[in-house]
Amino acid sequence: MADFLRALLRSRTGLLGAILLTLFIGAAILAPLLGLPDPVRSDLRGRFAPPTWSGLFSPGAHPLGADQLGRDILSRIIYGSQITLSVATCAVVLGGIVGVFLGIVAGYFGGVVDRILMRLVDIQLAIPLMLLALLVVAALGPNLTNLVIVLAVTSWIRYARIIRGQVLALRSREFVQSARAIGASTWRIMLRHILPNVLTPALVVATLELARVIIMDAALSFLGLGVQPPDASWGRMLAEGRVYISTAWWIVTFPGLAILLTVLSVNLLGDWLRDYFDPKLRT
Amino acid sequence: MTRYFAGKLGEALIAIWGVVTIVFFVTRFLGDPVALLLPVGASPEQMQALTAELGLDQPIWRQYITFLAQALTGDFGQSFQFGRPAIGVVLERMPATIQLALTAIMLGVLIGGTAGAIAAMRRGSIAEFVVMTLALLGQATPVFWLGIMLILLFAVDLGWLPTGGYGSPANLVLPALTLAVFVSASIARLFRSSMLDVLKEDYVRTARAKGLMPATVFTWHVARNALIPVVTMIGILTGELLGGSVVTETVFAWPGVGRLIVQAIETKDFPVIQAGVALIAAIYVATNLIVDLLYALLDPRIKGSA
Repeated sequence: MADFLRALLRSRTGLLGAILLTLFIGAAILAPLLGLPDPVRSDLRGRFAPPTWSGLFSPGAHPLGADQLGRDILSRIIYGSQITLSVATCAVVLGGIVGVFLGIVAGYFGGVVDRILMRLVDIQLAIPLMLLALLVVAALGPNLTNLVIVLAVTSWIRYARIIRGQVLALRSREFVQSARAIGASTWRIMLRHILPNVLTPALVVATLELARVIIMDAALSFLGLGVQPPDASWGRMLAEGRVYISTAWWIVTFPGLAILLTVLSVNLLGDWLRDYFDPKLRT
Repeated sequence: MTRYFAGKLGEALIAIWGVVTIVFFVTRFLGDPVALLLPVGASPEQMQALTAELGLDQPIWRQYITFLAQALTGDFGQSFQFGRPAIGVVLERMPATIQLALTAIMLGVLIGGTAGAIAAMRRGSIAEFVVMTLALLGQATPVFWLGIMLILLFAVDLGWLPTGGYGSPANLVLPALTLAVFVSASIARLFRSSMLDVLKEDYVRTARAKGLMPATVFTWHVARNALIPVVTMIGILTGELLGGSVVTETVFAWPGVGRLIVQAIETKDFPVIQAGVALIAAIYVATNLIVDLLYALLDPRIKGSA
């Protein structure tokens, strides 16, 4: 752990990503304590208020402007990040559990099981993820739970492929052979001997997936299939603000910047984690 | 080589069958199209008649068998919305999608390839730093937001280009540029890292030691081998973009397949959804087959092993 932190401190990009991400997560968690205006309360007199930095701490100041209903954009971005970050995290964890499990099963058993699972991966890869997500959301109905499920569905394959490759190599290692020789059950071997050895690559995949899932979540919300109003979500803010692009550029600009910076920080950290743990995971 | 390719072809066909099957069953969950097709207040008899006409009163497995048999001949039924064969409705939208996808890919490969090569050849230079920073930013930018920002700059503020639509070359510029940014960012990063890997190889040192011209070493030894992973990436990206870039097409009101399918999902136009997704999957799988073939041509190790 100490080694890990020292290496992180020495890397410029990894550290930048970690700091930015900590800031964003901190702001999301501490949002109620930041003294922000109510993100869903409209203020008709403050409609389309442009960003202003004078009197920053006075009530009614909008450092990033206000939207078409007079709601404070900074506040909506920060409260929106609660939803975006928790949906994305849940989706990545759920997809990770399914993907790691199936990856271990495919790699350990090999043969027919492996072939069927890998064909499944191929089939899913042949449907563009965005279309698959749209179809499933349209079929299940747009709400937070379904959003998590859909994003997890688009995510499991990446874990499964990489973990399977790792397990193929682990399967013939001595500690697995000897566990088998002393009569350990298949489940025990997979859980106690294989699983701990694939957690690191799974973590690397999870970080890189988090970035992809955040963008996809925003895209689904942008198309009206994600978080429903009046809750703030970055994608929705973009979709609503787009209409006012010629009169109030700030409504559509800042939520997008928030997505960009979040994804960038996750990517920076993810790239560094991959290079630190195992550069061979680069695909 | 033939066996290698036959195996890949078999896998491809299984993948298409799987996609078609999944889409068939998922669309059944989208809801009842009969209620949407008939005017409000239609009698139960009318609803029954239409259900029977669409074959929706049959057991689901029979609907599936019929569907598969017809799909094999390219018949996905009549579009509920347009009253014409669904596959025709989808095919009409293909030229717009192909035009956008190919322009974006060519632009992206040109920019990304050049930038990646410069970054790899000039390690530690300011050029490398700029290229890699831009590539990181490009990969982190949500495509639809970038589209909106380009509209803001070039259409709203400067008034140089139209905000959206289809027809003239001016309409193509912004959507193609939007997609090209993402493509070039991916390609620049991949090409650079794969070139750096190749530069470390013994055969490159040997080629240099033999006294070959740097340009020769670059073209025949470095670039050719570093291109192998890039070709795969180009294949994946082409497949994805040919599948219609749903959000980009929406942002720019571009009449492509992606936008058509989104509209079909909203109106529960089953045949169009099924035809559209089947066609996209077929294109994606075919693109990957071509990539596998190119792969074998570029990488002599595959020829030997098959």
